[in-house]
Amino acid sequence: MKYIDEFQNPDLARRLLDDIRATVTRPWALMEVCGGQTHSIIRHGIDQLLPPEIELIHGPGCPVCVTPLEMIDKALEIASRPGVVFCSFGDMLRVPGTGRDLFQVRGQGGDVRVVYSPLDALRIAEQNPDREVVFFGIGFETTAPPNAMTVHQARKRNIRNFSLLVSHVRVPPAIDAIMRSPDCRVQGFLAAGHVCSVMGTAEYPELAQRHQVPIVVTGFEPLDILEGVRRTVLQLERGEHTVENAYQRAVTAEGNPAAQAMLSDVFEITDRAWRGIGVIPDSGWRLSDRYREHDAEHRFSVEGIDTREPAECRSGEVLQGLLKPNECEAFGTTCTPRSPLGATMVSSEGACAAYYLYRRLDAGTPGQRPPTAAGVAASETPSPATVSLEGSSLA
Amino acid sequence: MCLAVPGRVLDVEDRDGTRMATVDFGGVVKEVCLEYLPDLKPGEYAIVHVGFALQKLDEDSAKRTLELFETLGLLQEEFGDPWEAAEAAVSEWQTQDDVPGEVRP
Ligand code: SF4
Repeated sequence: MKYIDEFQNPDLARRLLDDIRATVTRPWALMEVCGGQTHSIIRHGIDQLLPPEIELIHGPGCPVCVTPLEMIDKALEIASRPGVVFCSFGDMLRVPGTGRDLFQVRGQGGDVRVVYSPLDALRIAEQNPDREVVFFGIGFETTAPPNAMTVHQARKRNIRNFSLLVSHVRVPPAIDAIMRSPDCRVQGFLAAGHVCSVMGTAEYPELAQRHQVPIVVTGFEPLDILEGVRRTVLQLERGEHTVENAYQRAVTAEGNPAAQAMLSDVFEITDRAWRGIGVIPDSGWRLSDRYREHDAEHRFSVEGIDTREPAECRSGEVLQGLLKPNECEAFGTTCTPRSPLGATMVSSEGACAAYYLYRRLDAGTPGQRPPTAAGVAASETPSPATVSLEGSSLA
Repeated sequence: MCLAVPGRVLDVEDRDGTRMATVDFGGVVKEVCLEYLPDLKPGEYAIVHVGFALQKLDEDSAKRTLELFETLGLLQEEFGDPWEAAEAAVSEWQTQDDVPGEVRP
């Protein structure tokens, strides 16, 4: 159990918690979409500080975790080829493909390099015109614009030996898929703050309305999460389901228009498979025709690689909030960070890794309640979804 | 990886027709692309993700977040050497008996 004194501002944390306690009258299940939020919640024990009526369900927002096994295998294949410099963010190094990972490919002589920014990979391409430089473009709406800009630059500056292995995903179709699932218990969403820094909030009112579910844009720091929970619970108790912005210091309603424009120039929307979950319609981006020349899948003819995921790994259920990591049979036994079965056990944003790291070992750990009955429908009287932008109580 | 870290713009220049800046993240200085926030000026703060400034941030909240990230070791995670981190992770798990309860204090 964590203590509230460890918060950056314990007084504010206490006030937020008191307010939540005073508001809540019945059980509610909220999903935090982003893996960064999941880690913050588990690390600070926020789920254990909240009143027992509130359950936090961990969402699919870890880009490393949802990158399909097939795509990892394509990356491993390309990275093993002679003449290739394969560049990636560090998080992907230990994500298991079929039988090995990028870390091992490098040990076997593959030229795998870790970069901080996709522009670093472009620079490597420019400096090594005789090599094929490939960047592994994974991530949500936060990471897609940097990668889009990099391909755009490659084309503009005619750097032809640069290509992108694209596995980008979009949050709103995932929220839609989660709400459509017959097993869904989610009654409110803490939307991912930095995704909204780029995309704004325009995609959410329709979702909130259609599924009668409050969506509150929330940051990553402990107090941000408490504020996101507070606002979501308030809406639920009032029978409302609107979009609110509880992360105003980093999110505006319109997001970053320049980044959005670049996204729609470089990418087009496509169906995308999510690791463990399967294909979600319209949930990803691929390079548009103009940029096909820079598409690594095309350039290295790896489109045909098709792999099956190990059945023991239940990360698909974990990512949809249907199962807590410590309820998976393999958790901590056949699956550990040292020999992971799924990406959720090695990614710095993976829920299984968070539970392992912060010792949420048994399914009975306090704060990990067994699934409650689906709860009461949010509201009988639908009200129009609006974007509320009142000031946050967090500066 | 999805971490976006607030940083302070030190100086701005055009390089190969691209707007770039040097940005200070609580002591770590990195090159950052400003194409998505071209109006950003030296002294101002922004949220930076994988080398791109994505949204402006006011000084107070930027500093507070940086402080928190520093205490949590997140800056090291974001800017440290990832090979070292991956190697350390591997050897850490190898020296442990895979008894999860004993992994970390
Ligand atoms: S504990 Fe391991 S096997 Fe189980 S869902 Fe998580 S990653 Fe998959």
